[in-house]
Amino acid sequence: MLTEFGKIFVFILLAAIFVVVALFVAKLIRPKRPTKEKLSIYECGEDPVGSPWVKFNIRFYVIALIFLIFDVEVVLLFPWALSYKEYGVYGFLVGLIFLLILTLGMAYEFRKGDIQWARPEPKAINLKKLFTKESQIDNSSEIKE
Amino acid sequence: MINVGLNHFLIVSGILFSLGLYAVVTRKNAVMVLMGIELILNAANINFIAFSKFGNLGLTGQVTALFVIVLAAAEAAIALAIVLNIYKTFNNVNVDEIDHLKD
Amino acid sequence: MNLYDLIFYLFAAVTLLSAAVVVSSKNIIYSAFSLVLTFFGVAGLYILLGADFIGVVQILVYVGGIMILLLFGVMLTNKITSVDIRTGTVNVLPSAIAIGVFMGLVTSIMIWTKWVSFPTETPLTTTNELGKLLITEYVLIFELLAILLLVALIGAASIARRDKE
Repeated sequence: MLTEFGKIFVFILLAAIFVVVALFVAKLIRPKRPTKEKLSIYECGEDPVGSPWVKFNIRFYVIALIFLIFDVEVVLLFPWALSYKEYGVYGFLVGLIFLLILTLGMAYEFRKGDIQWARPEPKAINLKKLFTKESQIDNSSEIKE
Repeated sequence: MINVGLNHFLIVSGILFSLGLYAVVTRKNAVMVLMGIELILNAANINFIAFSKFGNLGLTGQVTALFVIVLAAAEAAIALAIVLNIYKTFNNVNVDEIDHLKD
Repeated sequence: MNLYDLIFYLFAAVTLLSAAVVVSSKNIIYSAFSLVLTFFGVAGLYILLGADFIGVVQILVYVGGIMILLLFGVMLTNKITSVDIRTGTVNVLPSAIAIGVFMGLVTSIMIWTKWVSFPTETPLTTTNELGKLLITEYVLIFELLAILLLVALIGAASIARRDKE
Protein backbone atom coordinates (compact mmCIF):
# COMPACT_ATOMS: atom_id res chain seq x y z
CA MET A 1 0.00 0.00 0.00
CA LEU A 2 2.13 2.83 -1.29
CA THR A 3 1.22 6.21 -2.61
CA GLU A 4 2.85 7.41 -5.81
CA PHE A 5 5.33 9.52 -3.85
CA GLY A 6 6.04 6.51 -1.65
CA LYS A 7 7.19 4.63 -4.75
CA ILE A 8 9.48 7.51 -5.70
CA PHE A 9 10.84 7.57 -2.15
CA VAL A 10 11.61 3.84 -2.20
CA PHE A 11 13.29 4.29 -5.58
CA ILE A 12 15.50 7.15 -4.33
CA LEU A 13 16.34 5.19 -1.18
CA LEU A 14 17.36 2.11 -3.20
CA ALA A 15 19.47 4.24 -5.54
CA ALA A 16 21.28 5.88 -2.64
CA ILE A 17 21.90 2.55 -0.91
CA PHE A 18 23.20 1.05 -4.16
CA VAL A 19 25.72 3.86 -4.70
CA VAL A 20 26.93 3.91 -1.10
CA VAL A 21 27.29 0.13 -0.86
CA ALA A 22 29.09 -0.12 -4.21
CA LEU A 23 31.58 2.61 -3.33
CA PHE A 24 32.16 1.21 0.16
CA VAL A 25 32.75 -2.35 -1.01
CA ALA A 26 35.07 -1.10 -3.76
CA LYS A 27 37.03 0.87 -1.15
CA LEU A 28 37.38 -2.28 0.96
CA ILE A 29 38.70 -4.63 -1.70
CA ARG A 30 40.68 -2.46 -4.11
CA PRO A 31 44.47 -2.15 -3.79
CA LYS A 32 45.72 1.35 -3.04
CA ARG A 33 49.10 2.17 -4.56
CA PRO A 34 49.07 5.86 -5.50
CA THR A 35 51.85 7.37 -7.57
CA LYS A 36 52.37 10.93 -8.67
CA GLU A 37 51.24 10.04 -12.18
CA LYS A 38 48.02 8.49 -10.93
CA LEU A 39 47.17 11.38 -8.65
CA SER A 40 47.62 14.12 -11.24
CA ILE A 41 44.56 15.62 -12.88
CA TYR A 42 43.49 13.81 -16.03
CA GLU A 43 43.28 16.17 -18.96
CA CYS A 44 43.10 13.92 -22.05
CA GLY A 45 46.48 12.43 -21.13
CA GLU A 46 48.33 15.73 -21.37
CA ASP A 47 49.80 17.59 -18.44
CA PRO A 48 47.11 19.93 -17.11
CA VAL A 49 47.53 23.56 -18.11
CA GLY A 50 46.32 26.41 -15.93
CA SER A 51 43.66 26.48 -13.26
CA PRO A 52 40.37 24.65 -13.83
CA TRP A 53 38.50 27.56 -12.22
CA VAL A 54 38.12 29.60 -15.37
CA LYS A 55 35.78 32.53 -15.20
CA PHE A 56 33.33 32.12 -18.04
CA ASN A 57 31.35 34.53 -20.12
CA ILE A 58 28.61 36.59 -18.55
CA ARG A 59 26.33 35.81 -21.48
CA PHE A 60 25.76 32.35 -19.97
CA TYR A 61 24.24 34.13 -17.01
CA VAL A 62 21.70 35.97 -19.14
CA ILE A 63 20.64 32.70 -20.76
CA ALA A 64 20.25 31.04 -17.34
CA LEU A 65 18.24 34.02 -16.19
CA ILE A 66 15.81 33.78 -19.12
CA PHE A 67 15.50 30.05 -18.44
CA LEU A 68 14.66 30.63 -14.78
CA ILE A 69 11.99 33.24 -15.48
CA PHE A 70 10.20 31.11 -18.06
CA ASP A 71 10.59 28.04 -15.85
CA VAL A 72 8.63 29.85 -13.16
CA GLU A 73 6.08 30.95 -15.73
CA VAL A 74 5.45 27.36 -16.78
CA VAL A 75 5.10 26.36 -13.12
CA LEU A 76 2.32 28.92 -12.70
CA LEU A 77 0.64 27.74 -15.89
CA PHE A 78 0.31 24.10 -14.74
CA PRO A 79 -2.53 24.64 -12.23
CA TRP A 80 -4.21 27.11 -14.58
CA ALA A 81 -4.14 24.62 -17.45
CA LEU A 82 -5.74 21.93 -15.31
CA SER A 83 -8.76 23.97 -14.28
CA TYR A 84 -9.44 26.82 -16.69
CA LYS A 85 -12.09 24.90 -18.61
CA GLU A 86 -14.51 25.03 -15.70
CA TYR A 87 -14.61 28.82 -15.94
CA GLY A 88 -15.22 29.13 -19.66
CA VAL A 89 -14.05 32.21 -21.50
CA TYR A 90 -13.12 34.00 -18.28
CA GLY A 91 -10.66 31.30 -17.26
CA PHE A 92 -9.15 31.31 -20.71
CA LEU A 93 -8.74 35.10 -20.72
CA VAL A 94 -6.92 34.99 -17.35
CA GLY A 95 -4.24 32.74 -18.79
CA LEU A 96 -4.15 34.62 -22.07
CA ILE A 97 -3.39 37.93 -20.35
CA PHE A 98 -0.72 36.20 -18.27
CA LEU A 99 0.91 34.79 -21.38
CA LEU A 100 0.65 38.08 -23.29
CA ILE A 101 2.44 39.97 -20.51
CA LEU A 102 5.27 37.46 -20.53
CA THR A 103 5.44 37.49 -24.32
CA LEU A 104 6.42 41.14 -23.98
CA GLY A 105 9.50 39.99 -22.07
CA MET A 106 10.29 37.45 -24.78
CA ALA A 107 9.95 40.15 -27.44
CA TYR A 108 12.29 42.39 -25.44
CA GLU A 109 14.92 39.66 -25.25
CA PHE A 110 14.65 39.03 -28.99
CA ARG A 111 14.93 42.73 -29.75
CA LYS A 112 17.99 43.20 -27.53
CA GLY A 113 19.62 40.10 -29.01
CA ASP A 114 20.19 38.29 -25.73
CA ILE A 115 19.01 35.01 -27.18
CA GLN A 116 21.23 35.01 -30.24
CA TRP A 117 24.39 33.20 -29.32
CA ALA A 118 27.36 34.31 -31.40
CA ARG A 119 26.39 37.81 -32.27
CA PRO A 120 27.88 38.55 -35.68
CA GLU A 121 27.82 42.16 -36.68
CA PRO A 122 27.12 42.14 -40.40
CA LYS A 123 28.42 45.11 -42.27
CA ALA A 124 25.58 46.69 -44.15
CA ILE A 125 26.40 46.41 -47.82
CA ASN A 126 25.45 49.56 -49.60
CA LEU A 127 24.27 48.40 -53.00
CA LYS A 128 24.37 51.85 -54.56
CA LYS A 129 27.97 52.32 -53.53
CA LEU A 130 28.89 48.90 -54.79
CA PHE A 131 28.01 49.78 -58.35
CA THR A 132 29.79 53.10 -58.61
CA LYS A 133 33.42 53.03 -59.45
CA GLU A 134 34.97 55.21 -56.80
CA SER A 135 33.18 53.46 -53.99
CA GLN A 136 34.46 50.13 -55.26
CA ILE A 137 37.95 51.42 -54.64
CA ASP A 138 36.81 52.53 -51.20
CA ASN A 139 35.43 49.10 -50.50
CA SER A 140 38.58 47.31 -51.49
CA SER A 141 40.64 49.60 -49.31
CA GLU A 142 38.33 48.77 -46.42
CA ILE A 143 38.82 45.10 -46.96
CA LYS A 144 42.58 45.53 -46.91
CA GLU A 145 42.34 47.20 -43.54
CA MET B 1 7.36 9.24 21.39
CA ILE B 2 4.43 11.35 20.27
CA ASN B 3 3.18 11.37 16.74
CA VAL B 4 4.50 13.93 14.30
CA GLY B 5 2.22 16.93 14.30
CA LEU B 6 2.26 20.64 13.66
CA ASN B 7 4.91 21.35 16.31
CA HIS B 8 7.52 19.13 14.69
CA PHE B 9 7.28 20.94 11.35
CA LEU B 10 7.36 24.32 13.08
CA ILE B 11 10.51 23.40 15.02
CA VAL B 12 12.26 22.26 11.85
CA SER B 13 11.31 25.52 10.19
CA GLY B 14 12.50 27.54 13.21
CA ILE B 15 15.92 25.88 13.18
CA LEU B 16 16.19 26.31 9.41
CA PHE B 17 15.33 30.00 9.78
CA SER B 18 18.02 30.47 12.43
CA LEU B 19 20.64 28.76 10.27
CA GLY B 20 19.74 31.00 7.33
CA LEU B 21 19.94 34.07 9.55
CA TYR B 22 23.36 32.93 10.75
CA ALA B 23 24.59 32.66 7.16
CA VAL B 24 23.26 36.12 6.35
CA VAL B 25 24.88 37.70 9.40
CA THR B 26 28.29 36.06 9.40
CA ARG B 27 29.22 35.41 5.76
CA LYS B 28 31.24 37.91 3.76
CA ASN B 29 30.58 36.59 0.28
CA ALA B 30 27.44 38.07 -1.25
CA VAL B 31 26.49 34.77 -2.90
CA MET B 32 26.59 33.08 0.51
CA VAL B 33 24.31 35.79 1.89
CA LEU B 34 21.87 34.98 -0.92
CA MET B 35 21.99 31.29 0.01
CA GLY B 36 21.09 32.26 3.58
CA ILE B 37 18.12 34.22 2.26
CA GLU B 38 16.97 31.17 0.32
CA LEU B 39 17.12 29.11 3.54
CA ILE B 40 15.00 31.72 5.33
CA LEU B 41 12.40 31.71 2.53
CA ASN B 42 12.24 27.92 2.67
CA ALA B 43 11.66 28.02 6.42
CA ALA B 44 8.79 30.46 5.92
CA ASN B 45 7.34 28.20 3.24
CA ILE B 46 7.38 25.19 5.56
CA ASN B 47 5.37 27.24 8.05
CA PHE B 48 2.83 28.27 5.41
CA ILE B 49 2.27 24.72 4.22
CA ALA B 50 2.15 23.28 7.75
CA PHE B 51 -0.55 25.77 8.71
CA SER B 52 -2.34 25.04 5.45
CA LYS B 53 -2.55 21.36 6.43
CA PHE B 54 -3.36 21.75 10.11
CA GLY B 55 -5.42 24.95 9.94
CA ASN B 56 -8.89 25.34 8.51
CA LEU B 57 -8.20 27.85 5.77
CA GLY B 58 -8.08 25.34 2.96
CA LEU B 59 -5.33 25.63 0.40
CA THR B 60 -4.60 29.32 0.97
CA GLY B 61 -1.29 28.52 2.63
CA GLN B 62 -0.18 26.46 -0.34
CA VAL B 63 -1.05 29.24 -2.78
CA THR B 64 0.97 31.66 -0.67
CA ALA B 65 3.90 29.23 -0.69
CA LEU B 66 3.66 29.11 -4.49
CA PHE B 67 3.81 32.91 -4.62
CA VAL B 68 6.82 32.89 -2.29
CA ILE B 69 8.66 30.47 -4.57
CA VAL B 70 7.96 32.69 -7.60
CA LEU B 71 9.15 35.77 -5.69
CA ALA B 72 12.28 33.91 -4.57
CA ALA B 73 13.11 33.13 -8.19
CA ALA B 74 12.69 36.76 -9.26
CA GLU B 75 14.70 37.92 -6.24
CA ALA B 76 17.56 35.52 -6.96
CA ALA B 77 17.70 36.63 -10.60
CA ILE B 78 17.88 40.34 -9.78
CA ALA B 79 20.21 39.93 -6.79
CA LEU B 80 22.71 37.85 -8.71
CA ALA B 81 22.70 40.34 -11.58
CA ILE B 82 23.54 43.06 -9.05
CA VAL B 83 26.28 40.87 -7.52
CA LEU B 84 27.82 40.31 -10.94
CA ASN B 85 27.82 44.04 -11.57
CA ILE B 86 29.44 44.68 -8.20
CA TYR B 87 32.11 42.14 -9.06
CA LYS B 88 32.74 43.90 -12.35
CA THR B 89 33.11 47.28 -10.60
CA PHE B 90 35.05 46.39 -7.44
CA ASN B 91 36.56 43.02 -8.47
CA ASN B 92 35.29 41.73 -5.15
CA VAL B 93 32.01 40.43 -3.74
CA ASN B 94 32.69 40.71 -0.02
CA VAL B 95 29.82 42.68 1.39
CA ASP B 96 31.88 44.25 4.18
CA GLU B 97 34.41 45.79 1.82
CA ILE B 98 31.97 47.40 -0.58
CA ASP B 99 31.29 50.55 1.39
CA HIS B 100 32.10 53.32 -1.06
CA LEU B 101 28.87 55.13 -0.35
CA LYS B 102 30.22 55.91 3.12
CA ASP B 103 32.90 58.38 2.06
CA MET C 1 6.28 5.34 15.83
CA ASN C 2 4.92 4.60 12.42
CA LEU C 3 6.36 4.88 8.95
CA TYR C 4 5.19 8.46 8.45
CA ASP C 5 7.10 9.62 11.53
CA LEU C 6 10.20 7.75 10.44
CA ILE C 7 10.17 9.39 7.02
CA PHE C 8 9.56 12.78 8.63
CA TYR C 9 12.59 12.39 10.91
CA LEU C 10 14.70 11.26 7.94
CA PHE C 11 13.78 14.30 5.86
CA ALA C 12 14.13 16.68 8.80
CA ALA C 13 17.60 15.30 9.54
CA VAL C 14 18.63 15.63 5.87
CA THR C 15 17.33 19.20 5.74
CA LEU C 16 18.90 20.42 8.96
CA LEU C 17 22.25 18.65 8.61
CA SER C 18 22.80 19.84 5.06
CA ALA C 19 21.68 23.35 6.07
CA ALA C 20 24.30 23.24 8.82
CA VAL C 21 26.91 22.27 6.22
CA VAL C 22 25.75 25.19 4.02
CA VAL C 23 26.21 27.59 6.90
CA SER C 24 29.47 26.27 8.29
CA SER C 25 31.48 25.13 5.25
CA LYS C 26 34.40 27.35 4.28
CA ASN C 27 34.30 26.26 0.65
CA ILE C 28 31.48 27.96 -1.22
CA ILE C 29 31.14 25.10 -3.72
CA TYR C 30 30.45 22.65 -0.88
CA SER C 31 27.89 25.10 0.47
CA ALA C 32 26.15 25.31 -2.89
CA PHE C 33 25.92 21.55 -3.33
CA SER C 34 24.67 20.87 0.16
CA LEU C 35 22.09 23.59 -0.45
CA VAL C 36 20.74 21.28 -3.18
CA LEU C 37 20.35 18.56 -0.55
CA THR C 38 18.55 21.02 1.74
CA PHE C 39 16.09 21.86 -1.02
CA PHE C 40 15.42 18.15 -1.59
CA GLY C 41 14.78 17.66 2.11
CA VAL C 42 12.39 20.60 2.22
CA ALA C 43 10.59 19.20 -0.84
CA GLY C 44 10.18 15.92 1.05
CA LEU C 45 8.67 17.80 3.99
CA TYR C 46 6.21 19.54 1.64
CA ILE C 47 5.11 16.22 0.20
CA LEU C 48 4.70 14.80 3.71
CA LEU C 49 2.44 17.76 4.44
CA GLY C 50 0.22 16.82 1.51
CA ALA C 51 1.43 19.59 -0.80
CA ASP C 52 2.45 17.46 -3.75
CA PHE C 53 2.43 20.22 -6.37
CA ILE C 54 4.46 22.59 -4.19
CA GLY C 55 6.99 19.82 -3.53
CA VAL C 56 7.49 19.21 -7.24
CA VAL C 57 7.68 22.95 -7.88
CA GLN C 58 10.30 23.22 -5.16
CA ILE C 59 12.52 20.75 -6.97
CA LEU C 60 11.76 22.25 -10.38
CA VAL C 61 12.39 25.89 -9.47
CA TYR C 62 14.90 25.73 -6.63
CA VAL C 63 17.09 22.83 -7.69
CA GLY C 64 16.64 23.32 -11.42
CA GLY C 65 16.66 27.10 -11.57
CA ILE C 66 17.82 29.01 -8.54
CA MET C 67 20.69 26.63 -7.76
CA ILE C 68 21.93 26.90 -11.36
CA LEU C 69 21.84 30.67 -11.03
CA LEU C 70 23.68 30.59 -7.68
CA LEU C 71 26.36 28.33 -9.14
CA PHE C 72 26.72 30.77 -12.04
CA GLY C 73 27.17 33.49 -9.44
CA VAL C 74 29.91 31.45 -7.77
CA MET C 75 31.66 30.65 -11.03
CA LEU C 76 31.45 34.17 -12.41
CA THR C 77 32.79 35.89 -9.31
CA ASN C 78 35.89 33.77 -8.76
CA LYS C 79 39.39 35.06 -9.10
CA ILE C 80 40.90 33.54 -12.23
CA THR C 81 44.53 33.38 -11.16
CA SER C 82 44.30 32.03 -7.64
CA VAL C 83 41.75 29.49 -6.53
CA ASP C 84 39.93 31.72 -4.10
CA ILE C 85 36.68 29.99 -3.36
CA ARG C 86 37.01 30.12 0.40
CA THR C 87 34.82 32.71 1.97
CA GLY C 88 35.59 34.66 5.09
CA THR C 89 33.31 35.19 8.04
CA VAL C 90 32.76 38.14 10.34
CA ASN C 91 31.50 38.42 13.93
CA VAL C 92 31.21 34.67 14.32
CA LEU C 93 31.09 34.41 18.11
CA PRO C 94 28.61 37.20 18.97
CA SER C 95 26.24 36.28 16.16
CA ALA C 96 26.48 32.58 17.06
CA ILE C 97 25.47 33.41 20.63
CA ALA C 98 22.71 35.78 19.55
CA ILE C 99 21.29 33.37 17.01
CA GLY C 100 21.58 30.47 19.44
CA VAL C 101 19.41 32.45 21.87
CA PHE C 102 17.04 33.32 19.05
CA MET C 103 16.79 29.69 17.96
CA GLY C 104 16.04 28.59 21.53
CA LEU C 105 13.40 31.28 21.82
CA VAL C 106 11.69 30.37 18.54
CA THR C 107 11.69 26.64 19.17
CA SER C 108 10.41 27.05 22.74
CA ILE C 109 7.62 29.28 21.42
CA MET C 110 6.81 26.61 18.83
CA ILE C 111 6.76 23.92 21.52
CA TRP C 112 4.84 25.71 24.28
CA THR C 113 2.18 27.47 22.25
CA LYS C 114 -1.12 25.61 22.26
CA TRP C 115 -1.76 25.45 18.54
CA VAL C 116 -5.36 24.84 17.64
CA SER C 117 -5.26 22.39 14.81
CA PHE C 118 -8.12 21.26 12.62
CA PRO C 119 -7.21 17.89 11.17
CA THR C 120 -8.86 18.47 7.81
CA GLU C 121 -8.63 16.11 4.92
CA THR C 122 -6.41 17.62 2.24
CA PRO C 123 -7.32 16.45 -1.23
CA LEU C 124 -5.08 13.81 -2.74
CA THR C 125 -3.92 15.98 -5.62
CA THR C 126 -3.81 19.68 -5.00
CA THR C 127 -2.90 20.97 -8.47
CA ASN C 128 -6.47 21.29 -9.66
CA GLU C 129 -7.59 23.05 -6.47
CA LEU C 130 -4.64 25.44 -6.67
CA GLY C 131 -5.63 26.27 -10.24
CA LYS C 132 -9.19 27.06 -9.15
CA LEU C 133 -7.89 29.36 -6.42
CA LEU C 134 -5.53 31.07 -8.86
CA ILE C 135 -8.33 31.74 -11.33
CA THR C 136 -10.99 32.90 -8.88
CA GLU C 137 -9.73 34.29 -5.60
CA TYR C 138 -6.15 35.20 -6.43
CA VAL C 139 -6.59 36.22 -10.05
CA LEU C 140 -5.21 39.71 -9.47
CA ILE C 141 -2.07 38.32 -7.81
CA PHE C 142 -1.76 35.84 -10.66
CA GLU C 143 -1.62 38.66 -13.22
CA LEU C 144 0.61 40.76 -10.96
CA LEU C 145 3.06 37.87 -10.82
CA ALA C 146 3.25 37.98 -14.62
CA ILE C 147 4.13 41.68 -14.43
CA LEU C 148 6.65 40.95 -11.67
CA LEU C 149 8.33 38.27 -13.76
CA LEU C 150 8.41 40.63 -16.76
CA VAL C 151 10.04 43.35 -14.66
CA ALA C 152 12.52 40.88 -13.17
CA LEU C 153 13.42 39.56 -16.62
CA ILE C 154 13.98 42.98 -18.17
CA GLY C 155 15.67 44.44 -15.10
CA ALA C 156 18.08 41.59 -14.46
CA ALA C 157 18.95 41.20 -18.15
CA SER C 158 19.69 44.90 -18.53
CA ILE C 159 21.74 44.99 -15.31
CA ALA C 160 23.80 41.95 -16.26
CA ARG C 161 24.34 43.04 -19.85
CA ARG C 162 26.01 46.36 -18.95
CA ASP C 163 29.44 45.39 -20.34
CA LYS C 164 29.06 46.49 -23.97
CA GLU C 165 28.42 50.18 -23.61
